[in-house]
Amino acid sequence: MTINLNDKTRRKAVALVSGGLDSMLAVKVLQEQGIYVEGINFFTGFCIEGHTHAIRKKDRDKPKRNNALWVAEQLGIKLHILDVSEDYKDVVINPKHGYGANLNPCLDCKGFMVKKATAWMRKNDFDFLVTGEVVGQRPMSQRKDTLPVISRESGAGDLLLRPLCAKLLPETLPEREGWVDREQLLDFSGRGRKPQILLAEKYGFKEYAQPAGGCCFLTDANYSSKLADLWQARGEKTYDIDDIVILKVGRHLRPKPHFKLIIAREEGETNFLRGYRKNYISMNTVSHSGPISLIDGKPDDEDLEFAARLLARFCSGRNADFVTVKVLQRNGESTNINVKPLTADEILQEWYV
Amino acid sequence: MSEQILDARNLLCPLPVIRTQNQVETMSKGDTLCVYCTDHGVINDIPAWCRINGHEILSIDEQEYEIVIRVRVGECR
Repeated sequence: MTINLNDKTRRKAVALVSGGLDSMLAVKVLQEQGIYVEGINFFTGFCIEGHTHAIRKKDRDKPKRNNALWVAEQLGIKLHILDVSEDYKDVVINPKHGYGANLNPCLDCKGFMVKKATAWMRKNDFDFLVTGEVVGQRPMSQRKDTLPVISRESGAGDLLLRPLCAKLLPETLPEREGWVDREQLLDFSGRGRKPQILLAEKYGFKEYAQPAGGCCFLTDANYSSKLADLWQARGEKTYDIDDIVILKVGRHLRPKPHFKLIIAREEGETNFLRGYRKNYISMNTVSHSGPISLIDGKPDDEDLEFAARLLARFCSGRNADFVTVKVLQRNGESTNINVKPLTADEILQEWYV
Repeated sequence: MSEQILDARNLLCPLPVIRTQNQVETMSKGDTLCVYCTDHGVINDIPAWCRINGHEILSIDEQEYEIVIRVRVGECR
């Protein structure tokens, strides 16, 4: 589609496109009214898409796609993917509205994204913003009382249109100005998906992503537990992008408060963790086949020997009298140590993060 | 017409796409960008990004540990 950017009669909207069905429908509803739409998608570092598939060898043969790109292609819109991972740290570390069931700061997150999209809209001379939000769909960020909070705190105000539930909300500027016809907007509410599925059928969308817990690792209890453990061990709520990627990989065992092991579960993870050997002390068994392990924290020599015994439990020599483990320091210096693998009973369940 | 190189090795999707997008924004129509990646997800994602944003894939060279994708830049806003 070619658009004349000087055509003032055709309004332009930027839509937050997650890759799920709701934002897909919200864009389509506006396209049906002749609005020109481009999409925006945010990389926070906690996006579920892709990473696990990219790392684990057994998942590599599964069909993989970026849903936001796929949705944009189905809708025939441009998509701009913005890396907001650095600014996003403050949302995760200091959420003004607190966390949900896990370490998910959903309300702050949505406000942050709408604020970023508002800035993009102004910079690129678009007229208004669109989201696929539905009143009552999410317990934290999509409630009747929190949707206005997002509009207000993001600075979007009445430039933020939610086509799927607009009839249940006060008129926005695009409606008042007649850019869009409020009568053709929708009144979806609640957690049910039936209206969305029927609308998808109407538009001929036969395929779409419906992630159960959203598209963010922070809604995952296991992942949140690992992040909380990281913060507790460091004594402060900080992270960098490598930290949060590593939390998605391997078994994490913390036998002592000041260090933990990250043990690859399969060949793909082993290959991936090898790329981090300059950032961590690492270990691998040399007398027997087995996984690589990174050591996070500040272990002393005694701790490293214990870690080697623990790692040896996960290699093919777990029942051998001794296993040789190579310990590689960050500076490239290495030593081999012979250790007796821990027995199954010696590995405590509470070590698993 | 210029040819530029982008090293997106050891980055997981969508970061290679984002880096490609950001580099393309600084280039002109007809220029070529050669992207080196290790995440096999780029085989789907970079072509998809090119299709929706009006750029052309010239080649995808898939090796065991590395993928090299050449993009010809189309109209940029």
